[in-house]
Amino acid sequence: MTRYGVILVTLTDSNPKPVSTPVSLGGARGGPKVKTLRKGAWWLPQLASGVGLALFVAYASWTAIRNGHYYVGIMPSHYYVGSGRDYLSPFYSPCLTNSCVNTSNHVFNWWKLSPAFLILIFPGGFRATCYYYRKAYYRSFWFSPPACAVTEPHKKYSGETKFPLILNNIHRYFWYFAVVFAGILTYDAVLAFRFSGGIGVGLGTLIFVVNAVLIWLYTLSCHACRHLCGGHTNTFSKAPVRYWFWKKISVINPHHMLFAWLSLVWIGFTDFYVYLVAMGTIHDPKFF
Amino acid sequence: MSDITVRIWRGDENGGEFKEYVVPAQEGEVVLDVVHRVQAGQAPDLAVRWNCKAGKCGSCSAEINGRPRLMCMTRMNSLPEGEPVTITPMKTFPIIRDLVTDVSFNFEKLKEVPALKPKPREKDGTYRMMQQDIERGQEFRKCIECFLCQDVCHVIRDHEENKENYAGPRLFIRYADLEMHPLDTNDRRKLLQEKAGLGMCNITKCCTEVCPEHIHITDNAIIPLKERVVDDRYDPIAWLGRKIFKRSSKTQASA
Repeated sequence: MTRYGVILVTLTDSNPKPVSTPVSLGGARGGPKVKTLRKGAWWLPQLASGVGLALFVAYASWTAIRNGHYYVGIMPSHYYVGSGRDYLSPFYSPCLTNSCVNTSNHVFNWWKLSPAFLILIFPGGFRATCYYYRKAYYRSFWFSPPACAVTEPHKKYSGETKFPLILNNIHRYFWYFAVVFAGILTYDAVLAFRFSGGIGVGLGTLIFVVNAVLIWLYTLSCHACRHLCGGHTNTFSKAPVRYWFWKKISVINPHHMLFAWLSLVWIGFTDFYVYLVAMGTIHDPKFF
Repeated sequence: MSDITVRIWRGDENGGEFKEYVVPAQEGEVVLDVVHRVQAGQAPDLAVRWNCKAGKCGSCSAEINGRPRLMCMTRMNSLPEGEPVTITPMKTFPIIRDLVTDVSFNFEKLKEVPALKPKPREKDGTYRMMQQDIERGQEFRKCIECFLCQDVCHVIRDHEENKENYAGPRLFIRYADLEMHPLDTNDRRKLLQEKAGLGMCNITKCCTEVCPEHIHITDNAIIPLKERVVDDRYDPIAWLGRKIFKRSSKTQASA
């Protein structure tokens, strides 16, 4: 048996300080020395997640680099083929630079690259530090572990205690930005009801509304949101408003993975729809 | 009914091997029933730890076809038909013999958890807690200490050296139970991050997947603890708020 020095603490100290007491840990393990004894396609969920994430990153990169066909304007000066709509791709919303076709904003006029890069830092950071996506990419790309009860290939492991993975602890700051962006995408969904002939509903309108709903569901089901809105509280009976929020968020929090994927796929679809309409490839049907 | 082939790991700290046993299949059996029939007939020296046969004592933890599970709660008809069933001891803990492992690591880690330190009693000499104040902890107290979550956790399953500074999921729900307790005044967050290895957990949720009590270990215990650690040391706005309003970080958590 290997002998480690292990930490014990005093039991009633209000600020527990570690004290050393030696205990025995380690020893020879049983079972065969194989990577796993699991049967079946245990690798399939991780492969599917990895492919899905890689495809989205590739698509988002392409749409950010293309720097065009992200707006279907409602004003005559913005007319593209199939115009008379007010659809702005969520990858380019809000428009912040002079190069953005529907704005004369000068705040970021020094920015010469695609405006999408300014935008995507925030939702990208929110998703990269999200507790669900962390699970997905640790399993799919880091193989840490490849699956439950499957040996990981790394000789050493320090988790999220060192740079850069310790940065995942700033997730709540990206969440603050995510709330702002969810508001902006909601505003875009409202604008999608505007047509050159007045108020109406087109297929794009519905796509934008679904996009905003899914983004809100993903943002509000976030674990950091659950903590900030009430989870940090120990005495719920003395904080009824926080308890109410915590209870409501706890209903949707277990579905965070579902909302993460649905919102990811739908935001890509929304962008692609705007791209096709702006290109004139398809015509956006107006229902009424 | 046809026969069942079970491959059981036989050995001790000096090594071991799979031994194959064939027993007649019987209706409605769980894996532990089959192991008992092997023990009663072909291998009377087979070491297996068990007690309640009802999924409540947490004794018969093992790995069935490579997955950490309770033998008494794994029905034979839930396993692939016609294929041998592989049964091995929990990989993360030192083997004693056959399917029995030394799980004392978990009890040593339990000693490290600072106990409840209740705040002063109320004027009438009592403590009062409302149901909504304690309902989170009730989920954590469903734990039967089967240690399957500890077994499957790759932090110590694949890295023995991490055992020194890592408590593991079973202990994290104990920490969470105490940290969220409405009467508690101890602050364990520094300890959690620096000595219990909360930052080592990369929330891949295997502990939640194997829990026979269906405790949401990751969502309801580990992630809330991580967020509390963020409150304490990674959130400059929370830090500034504490300085301006002269609140201790524990006061904030106590609402």
